[in-house]
Amino acid sequence: MKPLDVTRMSLQALQRYPLRTAMLLLAISIGVAAVVTLTAVGEGARRYVTGQFSSLGTELLIVLPGRAETSGGGSIQGLLVGETARELTLDDTLALTRSPRIKRVTPLVLGAGTASSGARERDITVLGTGSAMLAIQHWVMGSGRFLPETQLDIAQPVCVLGHTVARELFADGPAVGDWLRIGDARCRVLGVLAEQGMAGGFDVDETVIMPVASAQQIFNTSAVFRILVEASSLDAVPAARRDIIGIVKARHAGEEDITVVTQDALVSTFDTIFNMITAGLAAIAAISLVVAGVLIMNVMLVAVSQRTAEIGLMKAVGARNRQVLALFLTEAACLSLLGACVGLAFGTGGIWLMKALFPVLDFAAPPWASVSAVAVAVLSGLVFGILPARRAAALDPVNALMKR
Amino acid sequence: MMELSGICREYVVGAETVHALDQIDVTIKAGEYVSIMGPSGSGKSTLLNVLGLLDRPTAGTYRLQGEDVSSLSDDALAGARQRHIGFVFQFFHLIPRLTALENVELPLVLTGAAPRARRERAAAILESVGLKARIDHRPDQLSGGERQRVAIGRAIIMQPSYLLADEPTGNLDTRSGNEILQILEQLNRDGIALLIVTHDPSVGDRAHRHLKLRDGKIVADYAKAQP
Repeated sequence: MKPLDVTRMSLQALQRYPLRTAMLLLAISIGVAAVVTLTAVGEGARRYVTGQFSSLGTELLIVLPGRAETSGGGSIQGLLVGETARELTLDDTLALTRSPRIKRVTPLVLGAGTASSGARERDITVLGTGSAMLAIQHWVMGSGRFLPETQLDIAQPVCVLGHTVARELFADGPAVGDWLRIGDARCRVLGVLAEQGMAGGFDVDETVIMPVASAQQIFNTSAVFRILVEASSLDAVPAARRDIIGIVKARHAGEEDITVVTQDALVSTFDTIFNMITAGLAAIAAISLVVAGVLIMNVMLVAVSQRTAEIGLMKAVGARNRQVLALFLTEAACLSLLGACVGLAFGTGGIWLMKALFPVLDFAAPPWASVSAVAVAVLSGLVFGILPARRAAALDPVNALMKR
Repeated sequence: MMELSGICREYVVGAETVHALDQIDVTIKAGEYVSIMGPSGSGKSTLLNVLGLLDRPTAGTYRLQGEDVSSLSDDALAGARQRHIGFVFQFFHLIPRLTALENVELPLVLTGAAPRARRERAAAILESVGLKARIDHRPDQLSGGERQRVAIGRAIIMQPSYLLADEPTGNLDTRSGNEILQILEQLNRDGIALLIVTHDPSVGDRAHRHLKLRDGKIVADYAKAQP
């Protein structure tokens, strides 16, 4: 029996019961469409988030004290001796500027504090850094100016306010030029940032930015929490990373005790997370395909009992058991393949609709999702088609022919 | 040649064993015209099913064209049916969604024959049974007599040596029944062996040899003087 004939006969059989076939196609297509649209949502979210991070500038490198490999698990020896990571210092920061592949460098000191102006007081985050921070983070000034370009180790009683801090402490009056009390220290407000929102995990609008040396005085520390480095170009990022490790290693007695995180790594972490979410959504949606498979089995069982006499006739005119099996399996496969195609069309329509409703998000089903949705649909059709097809193949011709 | 010796076919119904065929010894030669008659429950349909390899005997030996077919596998039986035997049923057993042509070519489709060759052959056969104008009609667009003619076309497309007809006129009016018998008898004159199971004496009497069954046994086997 030619495969073409098998397919043609299966399609003819499906045409015979248009309503039933349509219902099954609907069931399968809903499953496939669910996989396609849900993965498109996941993919849209992934693209949005990674896009947001990339817009910060992928030339950014972040230097952390301690090695990622040893700080978490920790060697037994390290635990016993009480080994801690060597601190990063301002001098480390300055040393990094020696690399030609590094354009800007700024240290970061973070701490919690209380800021007050007159009778108003509120909790803030103190961010000690250098003048390069403005350019590295692509911040925009709302009024006044940013920290002055002086040596990092010179403490000055000045500060720049986040948008929310300025609004809440100075109400409607101009903050620039006024004095602000942070803990025991007093500093003059040089400028106010425009609204920035969240960046790198904290709310810029809730911070007070000070020269790093001033912040170190307030928190009584000589350590630097992070060093932000901007490479001279995107291509220079790997080389800049090597330079950073080399320079700091030389300064830390030949010990490689820092971790350099690139923006790429951050983005790829989010990438991984969102891909897993997308895969999870796809798996949940794929369950509906299995349900559709059960429906196929049910309907095929009905079809076998309805067509019992026909199966008997096929056998009387010489059909082998495996030919009967092939006919019914092909019918199930055709059904699920057709349903999958309809589902792809539905899914594409759904994505189009979502794009129209939320133009911000770039919805797109990843190719693997569409391919595997179709594959799972056909596979479930075949697997659940086996039982009815075997039942048909095993029918006794005499009994089958007696049933009209 | 169909050679049956000591053929039994027993069914177990509940706690009882029914002897549908009981020690049947009979030989049917190529080209014969045989009627199998008997009251209902006498085993005539079972005998036809065994002869047609649709049913396996529980005991005895059946040699078809010299080959022992008593204990062949399902697939081997299907192959032997395909080569040697054509069936005509009381209820036609046409596939409703297929046209007359597609119904006739079905046995050839199963063998994997080329579409053009099998279509030509099916069309020629339909023409020979007088259905040239009906080849694209579906069974529900055909009269009973026409349906049975399609079924006959399907039965002979593989050029079998034996044509087994189970009450071929049982569902037809007298006139179409007569036409069907004439077609079958013409096929028999052309060389095919014709076995007709019937309870209608006017049909059975037309055969050249008569087998009469009762309670699974052959109670009479005689040739009628040919006119």
